[in-house]
This record gives sequence, C-alpha cells and structure tokens, in this order.
Amino acid sequence: MAYALQQLINGLTLGMIYGLIAVGYTMVYGIIGMINFAHGDVFMIGAYIGIIVITALAGVTSVPLGLVAAFLVAMVFCGIYGFTIERVAYRPLRGSFRLAPLISAIGMSILLENYVQTSQGALVRAIPNLIPGGITLMQEDGFVVQLSWMQLAIVVVTLTVLGSFTYLVTKTPLGRAMRAVEQDAKMAALLGIDTNRTISTTFIIGSALAAVAGVMFLLYYGVVDFYIGFNAGIKAFTAAVLGGIGSLPGAVLGGLLIGLIEAFWSGYATVAYKDAAVYSILAIVLMFMPSGLLGRHEVEKV
Amino acid sequence: MTILSVADLTMRFGGLTAVNNVNFIAERGHITAIIGPNGAGKTTLFNCITGFYKPSDGSVTVAHGEKSLRLDKLPGHAIAKKGRVARTFQNIRLFGGMTALENLLVAQHNKLQASTGLGVLGILGLGGYRAAERQAMELAKHWLHLTDLYDRADDPAGALPYGAQRRLEIARAMCTDPVLLCLDEPAAGLNPRESSALNDLLLKIRDEGTSLLLIEHDMGVVMKISDHIVVLDHGQKIADGTPAQIRADPTVIAAYLGEGDDDDPDAPIAEPAR
Repeated sequence: MAYALQQLINGLTLGMIYGLIAVGYTMVYGIIGMINFAHGDVFMIGAYIGIIVITALAGVTSVPLGLVAAFLVAMVFCGIYGFTIERVAYRPLRGSFRLAPLISAIGMSILLENYVQTSQGALVRAIPNLIPGGITLMQEDGFVVQLSWMQLAIVVVTLTVLGSFTYLVTKTPLGRAMRAVEQDAKMAALLGIDTNRTISTTFIIGSALAAVAGVMFLLYYGVVDFYIGFNAGIKAFTAAVLGGIGSLPGAVLGGLLIGLIEAFWSGYATVAYKDAAVYSILAIVLMFMPSGLLGRHEVEKV
Repeated sequence: MTILSVADLTMRFGGLTAVNNVNFIAERGHITAIIGPNGAGKTTLFNCITGFYKPSDGSVTVAHGEKSLRLDKLPGHAIAKKGRVARTFQNIRLFGGMTALENLLVAQHNKLQASTGLGVLGILGLGGYRAAERQAMELAKHWLHLTDLYDRADDPAGALPYGAQRRLEIARAMCTDPVLLCLDEPAAGLNPRESSALNDLLLKIRDEGTSLLLIEHDMGVVMKISDHIVVLDHGQKIADGTPAQIRADPTVIAAYLGEGDDDDPDAPIAEPAR
C-alpha cells in the first residue's frame, strides 16, 4: 500500500513533466498539422539554460530567486528558439508536400543536439538538489512514503502553468485566434487574423512550456546531457498521441498516464522494460481508439 | 458613389480562362447581384474580389472614406482589416468547434488585439481591454439578435441547423465591420420561409450602411432585393442593369435558355421572348 502510494507520487510528478512537453507537440500539430520533432530538443535547451543560470547565480542570490530567474530566462530564450525554428525550418516549407517539414524538423533536432554537444560539452552536467527535504506522508513496515518539496514544487508549477495556459487559449483573443487558425486558417485570414503571426506565437508559447519542463527535469534529476531531449521528446510525443493529438487536455492526460505506467512498471516489474511497457500500452490503446483517448475523429468532408 | 470597381479582371487557370476581362461597378448602399448559368465564373470572380485568388490581370478597387484600395495587392488578412471587405462561402466555413458567440468574437480579433497591448494586458485583463471586450460583446449580441440566434449563442457552431449556420456566417462577416459584404449563394438550401427572412436580413444590412455584393441562383431573392444586376456567361459579362432591364434583356434570356432551370418560376427563362 505504502509502496504503491510512493509510486503514484513519483509517477504523477514525472507525468506532469511529460504532459507539459506533450502540450507543445499537440499545439503545433493542431495549428499546422505537423509533428515538431525539434520540440524535445527545445526542452533540452531549456534544461541547459536552467543549469547555466543556476550555476551563474549560485551564491549571488538566494535559491528561490535563482530558480525564478532560471525559469524566466529559459522561457524567454526557448521562446526565441521556437520562433526561429519555425521561421527557418518550417515556414518556407509550409506550402510544400507533407513530408518536407517532417524531414526539416528531424534535421533541426539533430542540429540542436550537436550544437549543444559542441558548445556545452558531451559530458553529463549535474547540480546539487536545490530543494531538499519533504514531508513524510505515512510509514508502514519500515517503508517511508515521502512527498519531497521538489515533487510538490513540480506539481504546483505545472498546474499553475497549465492553468494560465488554458485561460489563454479559452478566454483571450489570442487563444480564440489560435483555435480559429487551427480549424480553418484561410477563413481566419479572411476575418483579418494574421495567421503567420498566430503560428509564430503558438511556437513561442509551446517552446516556453517546454522550457519550464526542461528546468523542472533538471531540478528533479539533477543531471542533464545533450541527449535528454530525444528520450523525453519521444515519450511526450507518445503522450500526445495516447491522449489524442490535437487535444490539449488529452496531452496532459497522456503525460500523466505515461508517467504512472513508467513508475508502476519500474516499481513492480523490471526497470529495464519500462519503455517497452509504455509503448506496448500505446500500441494497444491505438488499436482500439485510433484517434487516442480524447482525440477527435477527423471526418473528411467531400 | 462607387464602393467597388472591377476593371479588366481576368483569371486564368492554366489554359482555362474562367473570368475574362470583366468590368463592373458596385454602388455604395446598393445590393449588387452577380448571376449567370452554372460555370459562368461567378465564384471565381468572387474569389478574386475577396482576395482568395490573385487575379491574372486587371484590378479590384474598393473605396471607403477618402481612400481607395487595390484589393488585389493586399495580403489575405489585410482584406478584412484594411480593405474592410467581408465574405461568406457557398459551403459554410464556420469554426465548427467554437460556439456561435466565439465565432463572432474571433471576427473582431483585430480590434480586440489592438487594445490588448501585444496580448499582455489582455491576459492580465487590464487597460482598455475590458472596455474593448465589452464593446465586442455588444456588437456580437446585436448581430445574434438580428439573425435570431441569441438563444443559441453558447452552442457549438457546428451543431446549429443549416439555416442558422448560414445566418451565423453572415453575422460573423458583419462583425468584421465591413463596408462591403460579399455573399456567395446565401439562399442556397434554405426553405421559402428562411429565404424570405434572409431577404429581410439583407435589406436590413443594406439600410445599416453596408453595401452588398451577392451571387445567387434563387431568382426570387435576386429580383426582389437587388438594386443592380451583373450577368456573367462563359467568364464574360453579358449584361449589367436594374432587375427590370435584366429581365427584358434578350442576351440574358438566350444565355439561360440552354439551362432549362424550369423549377424556378421567377427566372428569366420563365418568360421566353422567342
């Protein structure tokens, strides 16, 4: 019982991070119908910017201030990365055949990984645990269930970010414009909406969310290398597909499910096969629900 | 006074000339109808006027206030913003996943966005944004009332019945505050009662100061409400005049004769002048 509760806490924390990245995938897919394979690498760059800012500010300011600065700087820079990626690699290919932007996305991903590898070094970089301690929830047969402050912080930050993001999409003119472009870009343009600008904004926001996820990943695991974007990116992409790509609540749900599956599989079966478990469950779900858990059925109008 | 002038407009698709050297003028405060047999190039002409296609040749000029603007030179999103020309489609293109009200608010995006200070004030709900949002809501309500959709404001647009979707599309176009509203077959698929309600709505829009340009097959609608009619056939303009002139024009009757559109008692074909 206690053990299961601990796995639940671990799984939810991990799932929150996956969910945040998955939202970026699903937003971009919704608005231009392509998978942004460089998104995982923006997440990785977010983690690196985090480590640079935290190292630079270590000893200069207090820890909470340093963390806030790390989040903000990472969000701003990743937003710029997202904007540039769209401008350089995707916009020129928008009218082209469907596979062209897919290839340029993969190219962009490889470029970013190698760029970070050469500029930051290939070695794993680590920071100490900045938010140590936690609360003991229960004790059973000598097994202690702990909710660390770090996990609590991750959950709170994710919920805050997702909450404001949901508000942005559902209630503001910008969010309405994003949904309008997603449904019918040409019609939105006829109503006076600048579709190019809306698509750029979508990339900036998605990348800023990935930056938050990156910094939290850094804080949670304490280590980063230039390759973390690949694995986390694929997992988050899986989360987006599992939840139904194009659906924002679906992305968060998918992220949480994948986090939980990983945690429970690692806890009760073998750690070595946790990824196999995740992808098997994805395959099974897609067999019965091809558009994901919360996905819309696309009906082609003739 | 002229609101829209189309000069020497030509549109070619590869070897096919869909619109060939068409000239006409639409007057301010008038309802101008474009009619013609199927395949005459009406929708292509419309798509050129509203910036959906870039014409191969010729110009489209809209005049409001002191300015006159070349629509064929503007990028897509500026047609509504600067040109103040709005349109609806033959096959309805509402944002089906958004509510009726949201559809009307999206149409006012530019006004709202301008007041949000790059979106930041809007997110925080500060500045002139609240007032602008309230104004946008008022305009949306005004059109929901006029189109008799007030009770369905919070329903997803895709779930509305067909006639209501048509009216909502007109309301959405009007929310962009156009000087010229272009309607592509607004009466298609409507029953007689809905069709006569549409007539009233269009006349009301005209009387509120927006000029209209419409393509219509339903001659009952065209003859009743138009001030001016342009007839196209095979991509060329064959006649231009008041409903009474068009009704009596032998070339128009000849163009329609091959059609056999005899389920429409008011069509020019019903009065053959052979």
